[in-house]
Amino acid sequence: MKEKLEEIRRKAKEELSKASAVEAVEELRVKYAGKKGELTAILKQMGKLSPEERPVIGQLANEVRSYIESAIETKKAELTEEKLQKTLEEEKIDVTLPSNTEPLGHKHPLSVVLDEIKEIFVGMGFEIVEGPEVEYDYYNFEALNIPKDHPARDTQDTFYITDNIVLRTQTSPVQVRVMEKKKPPIRIISPGRVFRSDAVDATHSPLFHQIEGLVVDKDITFADLKGTLETFIKRLYGEDSVVRFRPHHFPFTEPSAEVDVQCFSCKGKGCRVCKNEGWIEILGCGMVHPKVLENCGIDPEEYSGFALGLGLERVAMRRYGVDDMRLFFENDTRFLSQF
Amino acid sequence: MNLSIRWLKDFVDIGNISPRNFSEAVTMSGSKVELFETEGGQVENIVVGRVLSIEKHPDADKLVVCQVDIGDKNVQIVTAATNLKVGDYVPVCKDKSRLFDGTPIKKGKLRGVVSEGMFCSIAELGVTLHDFPYAVTDGIFVLQDDPDLYPVPGTDIKEAIGLNDTKIEFEITSNRPDCFSVIGLAREAAATFHKDLKLHTPQVQPTGKSCEGMLEVKIHNPELCPVYSAKIVENVRVKPSPLWLRERLRAMGVRPINNIVDITNYVMLEYGQPMHAFDLRFIKDGKINVRTAKDGEKITTLDGIDRTLSSSNLVIADAEKPVAIAGVMGGEYSGIMDDTTTIVFESANFMGSSVRLTAKEHGMRTDASSRYEKGLDPNACIPALTRACELVQLLDAGDVLDGVIMDSHYNDEPVRIKFNPEWINHFLNTELSAEEMQKILEKIECKIEGDEIIVPTFRPDLQHKADIAEEIARFYGYNVIPSTSIKGGAQGKYSVRQKFDMTITDTLIARGVSEIMTYSFISPKYYNKVMMPENHPLRKSVVISNPLGEDTSIMRTTALPSMLEILAKNYNNRNEYAYLFEIAKEYIPTTPDTLPVEKNVLTAGFYGEGVDFFKVKGIAEQVLDRAGVKNYEIKADSEQFGYHPGRCAVVLINGEAFGVIGEIHPRVRENYGIGTRVYCFSMNVDTMFEYAELEKHYKPLPKYPAVTRDLAVICDKDIPVSELEKAIRSGAGKYLESVKLFDVYQGKQILPGKKSVAFNLVLRSAEETLTDEHAAGAVNKAIKALEKIGAVLRT
Repeated sequence: MKEKLEEIRRKAKEELSKASAVEAVEELRVKYAGKKGELTAILKQMGKLSPEERPVIGQLANEVRSYIESAIETKKAELTEEKLQKTLEEEKIDVTLPSNTEPLGHKHPLSVVLDEIKEIFVGMGFEIVEGPEVEYDYYNFEALNIPKDHPARDTQDTFYITDNIVLRTQTSPVQVRVMEKKKPPIRIISPGRVFRSDAVDATHSPLFHQIEGLVVDKDITFADLKGTLETFIKRLYGEDSVVRFRPHHFPFTEPSAEVDVQCFSCKGKGCRVCKNEGWIEILGCGMVHPKVLENCGIDPEEYSGFALGLGLERVAMRRYGVDDMRLFFENDTRFLSQF
Repeated sequence: MNLSIRWLKDFVDIGNISPRNFSEAVTMSGSKVELFETEGGQVENIVVGRVLSIEKHPDADKLVVCQVDIGDKNVQIVTAATNLKVGDYVPVCKDKSRLFDGTPIKKGKLRGVVSEGMFCSIAELGVTLHDFPYAVTDGIFVLQDDPDLYPVPGTDIKEAIGLNDTKIEFEITSNRPDCFSVIGLAREAAATFHKDLKLHTPQVQPTGKSCEGMLEVKIHNPELCPVYSAKIVENVRVKPSPLWLRERLRAMGVRPINNIVDITNYVMLEYGQPMHAFDLRFIKDGKINVRTAKDGEKITTLDGIDRTLSSSNLVIADAEKPVAIAGVMGGEYSGIMDDTTTIVFESANFMGSSVRLTAKEHGMRTDASSRYEKGLDPNACIPALTRACELVQLLDAGDVLDGVIMDSHYNDEPVRIKFNPEWINHFLNTELSAEEMQKILEKIECKIEGDEIIVPTFRPDLQHKADIAEEIARFYGYNVIPSTSIKGGAQGKYSVRQKFDMTITDTLIARGVSEIMTYSFISPKYYNKVMMPENHPLRKSVVISNPLGEDTSIMRTTALPSMLEILAKNYNNRNEYAYLFEIAKEYIPTTPDTLPVEKNVLTAGFYGEGVDFFKVKGIAEQVLDRAGVKNYEIKADSEQFGYHPGRCAVVLINGEAFGVIGEIHPRVRENYGIGTRVYCFSMNVDTMFEYAELEKHYKPLPKYPAVTRDLAVICDKDIPVSELEKAIRSGAGKYLESVKLFDVYQGKQILPGKKSVAFNLVLRSAEETLTDEHAAGAVNKAIKALEKIGAVLRT
């Protein structure tokens, strides 16, 4: 019996070494170690052995079985691995072939910049309010201290619908609408479309966007205006931006200022970008004119405030180096997909 | 507004500050400098020389050899010029010199003879015949015996001919009419540099002859003309003005004409007060009437144009007819001519808004009108008039008669503002003493009287304590004032509606649709382009009364044409595909006196491979889904303008149509020149928001397995699939989780006029595993419901 067991071990080893597929190995497992396999057949004859021989043969039989089983597992693993390797080899692709993308949607560049500006102001405690684009002359001009014969009307070429209705030339009328409805404290910005009868060219458009800001409360000072705008500009253009406030005139603010940032490309030395001035004008602002507060039913003796106005297109043009405003309204997908 | 620095120095001592530093300082105190320009351009190393001898060139007929005294030595210059004689003073470009335009000049040889430089012409120095009327344009500039020149050999030419001024160009804001003058800007400069303003009081020497009885002035509309003053000059001697005066005009950008005209311009520039000169011969009966014109009255203005006046125009008239449009322009026949002997100088104050409207009405904005329209100081009339006559005497341009002819209705008290240093410090967050503030205010000629500030009449912009705060702030320095944060906290936030709009944008972008921005105004013709019926209510638009052009003349009532326009542009630019959207306004008119309704509308447009109705409908549905709009219905509609009648649907909620989805009509596509199918949808975002369910609630994930069943029915081909789906939903009951169409078939084995439609039903219970009986029950009920609308189970 001992010889038979040894023979099984030898045969199994030989046949396993020849096996080339997982299926063949499985067949060998059945043939030798299965319930009806050769090893089992031999073990069934154990009863015929003497009590002395039984443990010896038994031990040998177990050895042979475990040898066969482990050899089979090893062989199976080897073959599986081999097959996987082959598959992997066959599935090799040229990863430099062009990709197969679905179209990606893009926000309009003006929206991208506007969202950033909104984000900054919301972070500083502002709410966002919108107003009508077709507006009463009263809100666009008169309530803002620009009566009918005011020379400032000449500088804003207005589209008129009737004598009393215009396409708003600025987002400032929203100031008035907010102050009429809401009592201070007020902290809002109002972005939107504005219209002026400028013929279309690289730097002019009859339609463009402004962002109006308004703060009204007790004890708001010119220093608050400066601090708030400096923070805004540093968030928008970077912490190292150099800002200056320059006296200016707007009928609806007093004192009024224009805000310049030091030219990013020449650092104030003067270059083509800043027209040799060293500074780039960013926005207009000022303390809300007491007459405007009064027009809105807010007591200028009790409250004060500041307002600001900023042109979105100019910020976006500078941000992205766009040199022609018309691109924003032509909406060529080759342009839109860059942002 | 241009400013000559040389002229400015008459009134304020600014020392030798560089133009750049001067510009920077006045810009920061509120007078914005646009640019500055130094006269003489790049002229360098050119001096005055005196011609000592002129001899023929030994080897050239057309050249001469000159010996020239240039102060420290004599030099030899060879020239082809023919307008020279011995003793002439001329500009000599020495070796290594530069002309106005930067051209370098070096020593050289002409036909073998050494020339140590060259002579030059007026053009090469950057000046013109207006500056030196006696010069020639095609030869050497020979300096004449001009008292204003300094023709000493060796003197730098810029010094010698006064070509050393700096011109500063200012942007003056509309609230500062006083700064449209040298004196006004000098006042600003004095306050900026803490210097004294040196004002000059003009004086006229009496001549003993009075103007009495020669002219009568009457103001008929004092509300439009508070002050009119005049003086008479006899024996006028019209000739060119002296060089110093011409130079100053030139630096200010005004062309010199003759002494009389130049004086009026000079005074206007110096005082900011426009002047006018009439020939007394043409003032009929010696009567000046300041009155409104009669409708239809005519005048030919100085520019030679015949103008018809209206009763809103103020004119200066004689006994019969207008001789000038007040504050705008004089008449052609009453101006100064070569044979003029007696003139009337006018210095008057006209109401700004009236001048502005008249100038606008006649389309002639002049230097005078642009000053008047901002509102001038009535108290400036007399000083300006006196200054003009002083200049007449100085220039010996005529004999000034004694006396002023005047009509005045001006007696306003100066404006008084309470001086409240404490309030100003609080408002600006500064810590200035009352004395420091007073010092600043006095520099700009505000007087402090007790606790009141008396505002000078040339500053109509100062009316309120906030105006005073600005004066303090700008001379103290905007950038010296501290920067602080607003006290008190505030919660910034986006409104629910703003977040709703952002969700829509984000969803579209996630689906590959890009955002566009288009003009709100369109051409009325665009309605034809999208085949809007003639009688369609949306044809009625808000009309712009003064549009830039027909293309942008009405406010759109539909954003569809704008979208198609952009799609067409992209198609023509050969962009393979375009998926675009815009959330913008449509403007629906109400009554003529009220604002239109501004609807917020989402418009999307698509073309390109793989785009079809169902893809676009899918995007629209995803937008509605993300926006929380439920219970909407999509119904076929063949009546929507612009769309393909067989491939268009409306989106309804609560019976109200708020959106359209469809393929663009082939003819519309053709109108836009787009050679491929185009799909669009539009939805009213306001309606969407009204019906949106913004709260989201978690639904537990299913615990029990689903049972799926396929169901195929046959029905008339015209029954919309949505009807079949609706029947299944109503029939199958609560176990039905979803219905999905997976096949529609017409053809073999199906009778003509019929179609086979197959659905996949998913059934599930939240409480238990469904049995076959439950599932069969639900499916049977669905089949019964289908049968009711004429769809039978396919067997």
